[in-house]
Amino acid sequence: MSTLYVVDHDRGEIADPVLEGLTAARALDAGVAAVTVGAAADGLAGALAEYGAAAVHQIHHDELRDYAPAAWGDAIAQLVESTGATAVLSVGSERGNEVMAHLGAALDLPVVANCIEIDPGDIWEMTRVRWGGSLHERARLDAPIKLATFAPHTTEAAPAETPAAGTAVEFVPDLGPEAAITRIVDRVITEEGVTLATAPVVIAGGRGVGSEEGFAPLDELAALLGGAVGCSRVVTNNGWRNHKFQVGQTGTVIAPEVYIGCGISGAIQHWVGMMASKNVIAVNTDPDAPMVTKADYAVIGDLHEVVPAVIEEIKRRRG
Amino acid sequence: MRILTCVKRVPSPGARIVVTADGQAVDTNMLGFAVSPHEECAAEEAIQQIEQHGGSSTVMTLGPAAAEEQLRTIMSVGVDGAVLLATDGSDWDPMATARALATAIGELEAAGGEFDLIFFGNESADSGGYQVGVRVARALGRPIVSGIKGVDVGDGEVTARRDTASGAEVYQLPLPAVLAIKEGINLPRYPTLKGRLGAKKKEVTVIEAAREPGGQSMVTLVTPPSHETPTEVLGSGAAAAPALVDVLERIGVL
Repeated sequence: MSTLYVVDHDRGEIADPVLEGLTAARALDAGVAAVTVGAAADGLAGALAEYGAAAVHQIHHDELRDYAPAAWGDAIAQLVESTGATAVLSVGSERGNEVMAHLGAALDLPVVANCIEIDPGDIWEMTRVRWGGSLHERARLDAPIKLATFAPHTTEAAPAETPAAGTAVEFVPDLGPEAAITRIVDRVITEEGVTLATAPVVIAGGRGVGSEEGFAPLDELAALLGGAVGCSRVVTNNGWRNHKFQVGQTGTVIAPEVYIGCGISGAIQHWVGMMASKNVIAVNTDPDAPMVTKADYAVIGDLHEVVPAVIEEIKRRRG
Repeated sequence: MRILTCVKRVPSPGARIVVTADGQAVDTNMLGFAVSPHEECAAEEAIQQIEQHGGSSTVMTLGPAAAEEQLRTIMSVGVDGAVLLATDGSDWDPMATARALATAIGELEAAGGEFDLIFFGNESADSGGYQVGVRVARALGRPIVSGIKGVDVGDGEVTARRDTASGAEVYQLPLPAVLAIKEGINLPRYPTLKGRLGAKKKEVTVIEAAREPGGQSMVTLVTPPSHETPTEVLGSGAAAAPALVDVLERIGVL
């Protein structure tokens, strides 16, 4: 088995699930080699070696100066042919799944997305996520080169016991300008500081918040704790909060240190978006709500009374 | 302008999911069906773009005969025509799905002209393979970007926006193009009674879908281990605030 692990990065910055995926890939093939696309990612070689990358294929081309899903897929397809890799893995992030879909289409091979367990062999057997995690599927993959992604937040990222060599190997693909037709042309920066996806604390509001204005105490509590505010699908459907704050299967998937669900019943599509949280606290009037019965800690009561009292208590203790 | 939206019929999201005894499907005895959420927004986006630029839109699905229900729902909010690629209802892998869709799109375009835009959902709510749109676009030789939450059609090109943690990325693709749309781009409208009645009269073209499987196959569906943990109830109402703050202090986020 000769395995490549495609590193999802944005101009050289990687997100946490990338190292989780590399940890999982290393368990399948101790000789796994990482792949970074674009010279901006060259600096990642050290970190990738620490997490077990025996080599790091650094793909360089002028057309790869920023993210371009089709060009990334094409370039990696050429690397696969040149190295004779028999497996290509990545993380099931937005870009990870997108690039692997392009790679699968370019090679005309299947891609199994969001696996939580892989049993390699001539034919791979794997468990993968359906319904954002509320259902699992056992799948078989029969292909000359196996392509798959690991579902985020399923493996703990851990450095290799002894760091791997991480030998940098340059690869220059043959790409025309048409390959980069889907390259990013501009960026709009709207959020500064803590974002929902990476916040250590998330205060989430649901139907019980009752209105757009009802979010004010949640915003205040989040600010006090250096966290971010999230919401359930009901909230976005009612127009109380923009969809970018939605946590769940069709929104953002989060894994904070602490999640506090306020007035959220805990419908499965929301739960799968926050079930990787380290500590779940529920504030709800209904002691039988799924969010309460599944939480680590619960306060039974109206969030409009509980949250302001918590804010007061934090301020009192901080003097 | 001509827009095609590809949708999938799925068991209604949000309900508790129970697997059938043979592990081959979701037990739908107690469930309704719906259009997968990202695709519902994709269809709404198609309607809004046609309202703005003129033209016509079509919806297509690959699924069992019963998926006509979802096609009629989409037509009841303003999509003009529908195509059903009929299957026996079994689970199709992403490659087989994409091949059948690409073939059908080729036939539709040969008969009625090119689609300027083809919309997909970012991923289906049920199987979530994240790739059918990409495979179809590449088979048609057209550019595609996924995760799209903003669409602005200009002269011969489309500007598409994808949200990131800190803002948005902007892409610019020449037409014809394909976009995989995400929920949140709009709030889909509800059908009116007039819309529903009108949709009953609209035509649904049925094409027998030819299955050409890829190397991925489903063996069985499994209910994940339950997440039930003992819940420590800290108290009731505002009086529980100190206990909750104690917990935050213990975890170390205070």
